[in-house]
Amino acid sequence: MKRWLTSSSGIGYLLILPSLVVIFSIIIWPIFYSVYISFHELYLVRPGEFPFVGLENYLKISRSRVFWAAVGRTFYFTGVSVGVAIILGLGIALVLNQDFKGRAFVRGLIILPWALSSVVNGMMWKWIYDGSYGALNGFLLQLGWIDSYKVWLADPRVAMNFVVMAEIWKETPVGVIFILAFLQTIPSSLYEAAKVDGASPWRRFRYITLPLLKPIILLLIVLKSVWAIRDSFDIVYMITRGGPAESTQVVTFYAYLTTFKFLRFGYGAAISYLITLIILVFAVVYMRLVYTETLYAETI
Amino acid sequence: MRKVEMKITGFLKHLPAYQVLIYTLVVLIFLFTIVPFCWLIISSISIKTELLSVPPHWIPKNPTLRSYKEILFGGTRTTRAARYFKRAVGNSIIVAGSATVLCLVIGSIASYSFTRLRFRGRHSLLLMILATQMIPAVAIIIPIYVVMMTLRLLDTHLGLFITYSSFVLPLMIWIMMGYFQTIPIDIEDAARIDGCSRLGTLVRIVLPLAAPGLAATGIFAFIVAWNEFFLALILTEAAAKTLPVLVSEFSTKFGADYVMMSTGGVLASLPPVILALTFQKFIIKGLTGGAIKG
Repeated sequence: MKRWLTSSSGIGYLLILPSLVVIFSIIIWPIFYSVYISFHELYLVRPGEFPFVGLENYLKISRSRVFWAAVGRTFYFTGVSVGVAIILGLGIALVLNQDFKGRAFVRGLIILPWALSSVVNGMMWKWIYDGSYGALNGFLLQLGWIDSYKVWLADPRVAMNFVVMAEIWKETPVGVIFILAFLQTIPSSLYEAAKVDGASPWRRFRYITLPLLKPIILLLIVLKSVWAIRDSFDIVYMITRGGPAESTQVVTFYAYLTTFKFLRFGYGAAISYLITLIILVFAVVYMRLVYTETLYAETI
Repeated sequence: MRKVEMKITGFLKHLPAYQVLIYTLVVLIFLFTIVPFCWLIISSISIKTELLSVPPHWIPKNPTLRSYKEILFGGTRTTRAARYFKRAVGNSIIVAGSATVLCLVIGSIASYSFTRLRFRGRHSLLLMILATQMIPAVAIIIPIYVVMMTLRLLDTHLGLFITYSSFVLPLMIWIMMGYFQTIPIDIEDAARIDGCSRLGTLVRIVLPLAAPGLAATGIFAFIVAWNEFFLALILTEAAAKTLPVLVSEFSTKFGADYVMMSTGGVLASLPPVILALTFQKFIIKGLTGGAIKG
């Protein structure tokens, strides 16, 4: 026993044991318990009753129009916010990679939106969008673009886009930081050689920078999609609570309502489990990217 | 006036168009980054009438710190909010702080083990930890809630602390692996040859060398835990309510007092913003984590 404990693998297991216990008890085990609950009917208002219903919850979900609409909105929220944040982030990173005075200062400041909590971010933008006293209305009125204050968040057709804009503002810095960090690893000799060969700035970007950035942009798309699905709850909760007319009800918020407002835990667990499945698809792609890009090169 | 204008145009003429373009873009990026948050700060130091005029006074004529005084030390109008606020700050410090410490202790040794030691199942375990990092809280909140309810850990520091730890831990292990990889393996070998045991080497040689990286990871974890909202919303009620949950109530529960709301938002953001700006280099390393080796 003692010899095993002092061997490399013995110590290896010993050192990861505490972390594994914590991760298993709060994350891994609940994933399976969640499946178990989803096969039952569980209303917290009726304690003691826990009948097995098989796949019924899942069948109900598959027929639920509210659920599929929420899934669609989640994809819209994720796709638009991730897409715009990455394109914007790429643009900003390319500018901040140039030489200018105060570069270190602006580069440091770019992290600010990331440091704000999603709650403060949501509250801040709700206040800016405010229909009676909001800064956005005041600004547009002074520019002469609108004649009177508009209640932006009351319009089901555009409310989602305002929520998405708030998310884009907060999430853009992450893209900038990733891309900037990567741009600095590209040797400048590559660009100098291209310059000597007479390549224009656009061609240098198109044929040197972009191909080299491809893996990092792929990684960002996957990672940020997962984060966006996760963050969608906070931002919707803070700005619109799913309204107006359910127009911003993303699937994470729908799961929350079902479970903690209507107390249908079994049905809620089934919805949550479907969210997990969507995330797992992204997770597998993410791990493939990270594992092949860095881990194998570094440690093996 | 004329002279100054001529000077400026003269200056601009000497600049190549490219330079003008870059500086214009930089100014736009700068404004994009700070204007929304600046408006929150301005709102917090404005007087209500100025803030609620149409259009609002962008620069307050009579800036005041009264709302800060009220929220922190209590005042005539909002003693209730003030009392809640200080307690929420305390709760956030306790929960985020203790989760950070626990994760540093058990995460650093796990991370070292994954980086340097060879054992069976190492790869699959690492993959699993990577995957758990992506699971959103909303997906597994129901079992966590049910368990916390059975163990009577709802609305307690302990319950929230355990939950936060497990959500921060996978990311921390992953980030810290990057730091352990930078420590030369020769140093360890030398210590081992000098008769140091494996655990002794870890405690006396490796951990001190990795300390700056561990500290950086700790700051990163603290910010993440401090800002967490969803778990706290579900798992706390009153006694253990954290700052983000309280701030989320400012716009509804205490009436729509925009000045107070902004003040709460600014105060809640101060620790993460100050930490992030002070330690930005470390945070950037943490964020880009294992993805980029720079």
